[in-house]
Amino acid sequence: MQEKNETEPSRRHVLECMIWAGTGVLWTVSGGIPKSLGLLGEADAAQAQSAFTFLQISDSHIGFNKAANPHALDTLKEAIGKIEALPAKPALMIHTGDITHLSRADQFDDAAQIIGGTGLDVHYVPGEHDLVDEGNGKAYLDRYGKGTKGAGWYAFDQNGVHFIALVNVVNLKAGGLGNLGAEQLAWLADDLRDKPASTPIVVFAHIPLWTVYADWGWGTDDGAEVLKLLRRFGSVTVLNGHIHQIIQKIEGNMTFHTARSTAFPQPVPGTAPAPGPMTVPADRLPHMLGLTRVDVSIGSKPLAITDTTLAD
Amino acid sequence: MKASLFALALGLGLLAAPALGADTKILIQNFTFTPTHLEVKSGTTVIFKNEDDIPHSVVAVDGSFHSRALDTDDQVSLTLTKPGDFAYYCGLHPHMQGKITVLP
Repeated sequence: MQEKNETEPSRRHVLECMIWAGTGVLWTVSGGIPKSLGLLGEADAAQAQSAFTFLQISDSHIGFNKAANPHALDTLKEAIGKIEALPAKPALMIHTGDITHLSRADQFDDAAQIIGGTGLDVHYVPGEHDLVDEGNGKAYLDRYGKGTKGAGWYAFDQNGVHFIALVNVVNLKAGGLGNLGAEQLAWLADDLRDKPASTPIVVFAHIPLWTVYADWGWGTDDGAEVLKLLRRFGSVTVLNGHIHQIIQKIEGNMTFHTARSTAFPQPVPGTAPAPGPMTVPADRLPHMLGLTRVDVSIGSKPLAITDTTLAD
Repeated sequence: MKASLFALALGLGLLAAPALGADTKILIQNFTFTPTHLEVKSGTTVIFKNEDDIPHSVVAVDGSFHSRALDTDDQVSLTLTKPGDFAYYCGLHPHMQGKITVLP
């Protein structure tokens, strides 16, 4: 059953996470600590209670066709089908990058057609695979850069929640991890300056903003600067992609969560020689792709995060 | 980028000058440039071939070279004429690094 902690509203704001195997991540913002719920019924219950719901999908890698999933376009369509079948329409969707595999125009076109088909308001950040066109990111910015700053960062508000979209995949340094850069950090400090500490914050970027596994580059060199700026807020939810698996942690009022890919899984840190696409038996694949739902409730209740796989 | 320093190796990479040995090829496997450290004589053409199921690129630390993203089995060649160390990394996965020492 869904855990409730209305009795301890000030302690933590909860993000609950339900897991659909293979599709995307559904997030519910309702108070503080992220929590994984395994059953769709629980997800529905969380959704019913919440003021609004938003979705996260990630790492579509449109154009990927290797052994780990020769049909990445189809699994994306499957995930989108699950979104379209939701009984209650989410308020918005975020895509945490690697929309395409190689930044090709036809891949971006497929993204627009398939993801756009939901009719949802979709907010994107780029992954490193979205910036390898000849113009080093021009193709992405031409399509998604309107109203953004710098390499594509921006912020917006929805039902009292402040969403911050960060770009940590440009100007990567030799030997380094993800990178935000001084200009983006200065913009963020300015963006947050007048926000009351009670404002619920959802920050999203492609590469994890905290170090998941440095040996594989799974972290952001100046991510700690972001966390420092967000520390005074009562409810902070950090959503990322890039690593094609769910990793979650809670630190004080901050909840960190990475989403599954809709294209292919990657190995658990340190369990393989390299982080490349992981080929699993065909019947296992739908259990390792997914989407995330977040339910946001009014007041001090926690955000409830629900991951769902394509197998559910 | 100086066009004279490199050529996209599509279809012709393996046809490079006959005097070149096998050690002028750097394979990208398991997110690693292999060999990670290579010594060549000035004027040698080095071919980078991506054998991973994920794209990689080759970027000079000094900014003098930036390949396009190499998909699986794509390759790019680079002729090194400046003696000294040529340090490079993958623009998509910067923890991947390598070095070529160019001998006079």
